[in-house]
Amino acid sequence: MTAVDTARPATGGRRLRRPRGLAAHMILVVAVLISVFPFAWTIIMATNTTQDIYKSPPKFTFGSHLLENIRHVLNTIDFFGSMLNTVMVATVTTVLVLFIDSLAAFTFAKFDFPGRKLLFGTLLLFMMLPLQLAILPQFILMSKIGWVGMLKALALPSLANAFGIFWLHQYIQNGVPDELLDAARIDGAGFFRQYWNIALPMIRPALSFLAIYAFVNCWNDYVWPLVVLTNPGHVTLQVELAQLNVGHTTDYSMVMAGVLMAALPLVIVFSIFARGFIAGATEGAVQGT
Amino acid sequence: MSSPPVTGSAEVPQRLGGPGPARFRPRRTPPTGTARPRRRGLLSYWRQYLAISPFYLIFAAFSFFPVFYSLYLAFQRWDGMGTMQFVGLQQFRFLWDDPVFWLSIRNTLVIWVLSTVPTLFGALMLATLLHSVRRFKGFYRIALYVPNVTSIVAVAIFFGAVFSNNFGLVNAILGVVGISPIPWLSNPWLIKVVISLLMTWQWTGYNMIIYLAGLQAIPNSIYEAAKMDGAGPIRTFFQITIPIMRPIILFTVIISTINGLQSFSEPQVLFANNAANANLGGPGQAGLTTLLYFYQSAFLNNDYGYGAAIVWAFFVLIIILVAVNWRITTRGRKA
Repeated sequence: MTAVDTARPATGGRRLRRPRGLAAHMILVVAVLISVFPFAWTIIMATNTTQDIYKSPPKFTFGSHLLENIRHVLNTIDFFGSMLNTVMVATVTTVLVLFIDSLAAFTFAKFDFPGRKLLFGTLLLFMMLPLQLAILPQFILMSKIGWVGMLKALALPSLANAFGIFWLHQYIQNGVPDELLDAARIDGAGFFRQYWNIALPMIRPALSFLAIYAFVNCWNDYVWPLVVLTNPGHVTLQVELAQLNVGHTTDYSMVMAGVLMAALPLVIVFSIFARGFIAGATEGAVQGT
Repeated sequence: MSSPPVTGSAEVPQRLGGPGPARFRPRRTPPTGTARPRRRGLLSYWRQYLAISPFYLIFAAFSFFPVFYSLYLAFQRWDGMGTMQFVGLQQFRFLWDDPVFWLSIRNTLVIWVLSTVPTLFGALMLATLLHSVRRFKGFYRIALYVPNVTSIVAVAIFFGAVFSNNFGLVNAILGVVGISPIPWLSNPWLIKVVISLLMTWQWTGYNMIIYLAGLQAIPNSIYEAAKMDGAGPIRTFFQITIPIMRPIILFTVIISTINGLQSFSEPQVLFANNAANANLGGPGQAGLTTLLYFYQSAFLNNDYGYGAAIVWAFFVLIIILVAVNWRITTRGRKA
């Protein structure tokens, strides 16, 4: 160790750099620990009994009661039923958002038609409005058509994803050359074929970003499901999870097992796709300004 | 497989030049030298309108119309069942005199400041550090972004457990050091601190990623020139990095203003245990944000008109704050 340490400073410029780089890494590692700690502590709580958590000082090691806690969760709430609801709504929403948004974004980015500016401007304006302005009339509308309590009431409003169109529009404008579309047109490709066979394959990175974005948002959504799914036996995972917390505060380890089961799948899926997603997120943000 | 038939190319000249039905036409490449009518009927654009119609139908039904309908509702008295009654500005007059509404505004603003300021400063600091290191960049980015994809409900339950007055981890650790338990979830200020910590934890990584993208877009030559002129790292940061990043900082400030003022799920889940009493937002309603108050008025008390009035008054507040932030963030440019 000492040999290495004394050998390094000999190389001029490195000497000044290294301590600063090390300090940067140390601060970053502390930040990572803070951002990851809740997951670790949730696992610790979920694998111990409630008595162990309540002890002072509390147990800081993983226990062996995870399965038992999970069984309690499954006995208390309809975990898999609500998870299935969430998965269904999130999948349907994501697929439809991708289709609807990319088709509209393609049209806005590559074609001119009367009213284009007005329609697109309205969309941008409404992207800035807080969603809660619309939530009450949305609920009234849902109760008028008798959809309150139904899963389709969840998916429908989120299909109008203004952000998705705005974002894909930016991407298509720069990423799909006009010449290519012209060439396809001369070869006899109609409007829809230009969209489906030329534009869609070219914007795949943008679509995969939007897919993750829409899916995560839909999975984590809480306010709208809370409002519109009035039937206690038929809710999404997040609402069910919040219910678990209300009724059973005395059984922390069980609640934490539920939190773990609800949060972990998404975190794992995200970690797998994270590289492309983060690249996509930054692209949109920097272009957006 | 089904390659375009030969007749396809034979059709082209006719389609481009002939007086036949005008098909879709890319914006920047109008066909040249043809005797086409200057203005085409709206019907000839039916493909474009058809393509955007799914979005705009849903948008009209669930965004456009509802926003104005809620403004209309704010001038009515309605419980959702009986007949609507026009009451003019009465809802807003009541709002003006409602101490709970002003309490909720105060709570929202305090939580917003307590969460946004550390979030944005922390994010800028972490992004600068992350930009300066070479190794493990990808790992840091993902690990710091993960809080943002975790559900608010899960995070709020976790924070509730960790800051619990009697059995929470924080008080247990303080107890080991000999500090008596701190009432995190019953003191009006500490409630806001806990909610703000939660939001800071969730949003720092997101803003960091955006700042990082901005930093990476700054060409290295600028820094080299600054170095040549003898500027130290701190001076470089404040006189070069910050001014160049101004548009991105503005973007994050606006997004954080819109997001940060809309805190709802955090206090709702955190204090759902106390749902036995009619008031949301925890002890003393110290965690009652404006949107939570809106939720309580509209959906628990079925006072639709008042709920709509709250949410519109709140919207005006957001606009004012965004405008103020815009002024503050862009002011330096002229100086």
